[in-house]
Amino acid sequence: MNIVRLAVREFIGMFVDDGHLALLALLLIAAITAAVKFLALPPLFGGTLLLIGCLAILVQSVRRAARHQ
Amino acid sequence: MTGFTPIISTIIAAFLASFVEVVEAFTIVLAVGVTRSWRPALVGAALALALLASLVLAFGPLLALVPITVLQFVVGVLLILFGMRWLRKAILRAAGVIALHDEEAAFSGETAVLHRQANDRRADYLAGVAAFKAVLLEGVEVVFIVIAVGAAHGQTLYASLGALAAFFLVMLIGLALHRPLARVPENALKFVVGLMLTSFGIFWTGEGIDAHWPGDDLALLAIFAIVALASFTIVRWLRSAYPAAIGGLAR
Repeated sequence: MNIVRLAVREFIGMFVDDGHLALLALLLIAAITAAVKFLALPPLFGGTLLLIGCLAILVQSVRRAARHQ
Repeated sequence: MTGFTPIISTIIAAFLASFVEVVEAFTIVLAVGVTRSWRPALVGAALALALLASLVLAFGPLLALVPITVLQFVVGVLLILFGMRWLRKAILRAAGVIALHDEEAAFSGETAVLHRQANDRRADYLAGVAAFKAVLLEGVEVVFIVIAVGAAHGQTLYASLGALAAFFLVMLIGLALHRPLARVPENALKFVVGLMLTSFGIFWTGEGIDAHWPGDDLALLAIFAIVALASFTIVRWLRSAYPAAIGGLAR
């Protein structure tokens, strides 16, 4: 069971390092997807927002890390 | 997604990402082989590879059952998380905020642990487990990369070839040098891989929500260029805005 637990922890760790970054990214994706599906947001506009949003989240995450150092 | 551009980008992304992972696994297997003996090192590695192959053979065909748009979306989201994680760390290392990954240190650390276990009755078993765990854990990442980079657009074969090429190259260099591949520009590779995987993720998630990117596959290059430009700008900004955080870690 130890190895299974380790594998699961490692698998999750592949995607989540800074929990804040992962959470914000998932919220961004969920918001854009919902807007496209239910609010008739043009999908290409949604894709562009996704690109800009990911970069903004990245900036925020590295800034937090640098400040903590 | 057809054409030369996506094939090349798929192979390169899979090759570079797998190269980094195989180097990390190789360091541990080498430490086990050199410190304890090659038998537990190779047995542990072989068992891990066999387990990985079984998992891929067992679950791989299930991917074909998933509708392509769903697969693209899910893979895209996972790639965004995975890619941004790598990119974030690579940016922080390039800016000198955190230390570069050191294969020599990883090798020394593992060697020290194995030396401490040398008099344990189960020393061979423990050494084999260390090799098994390293190959399994790094191998899971390689499998994910191959599936993520390849499955969403029917290019798993090309992604697999990229990963295999990385594996053989690391084995060749490692067997020739017989020491940790410490001179590999690991952070530079992780930076490029982070850029590629993040770009793939944004592209595929966009495709998943029906954003038909202008220029189709060429949009991937444009996304990559934008993410790259932004990342390099972030590195420069971090260096100037937080010089105190850098201290003695400046590259």
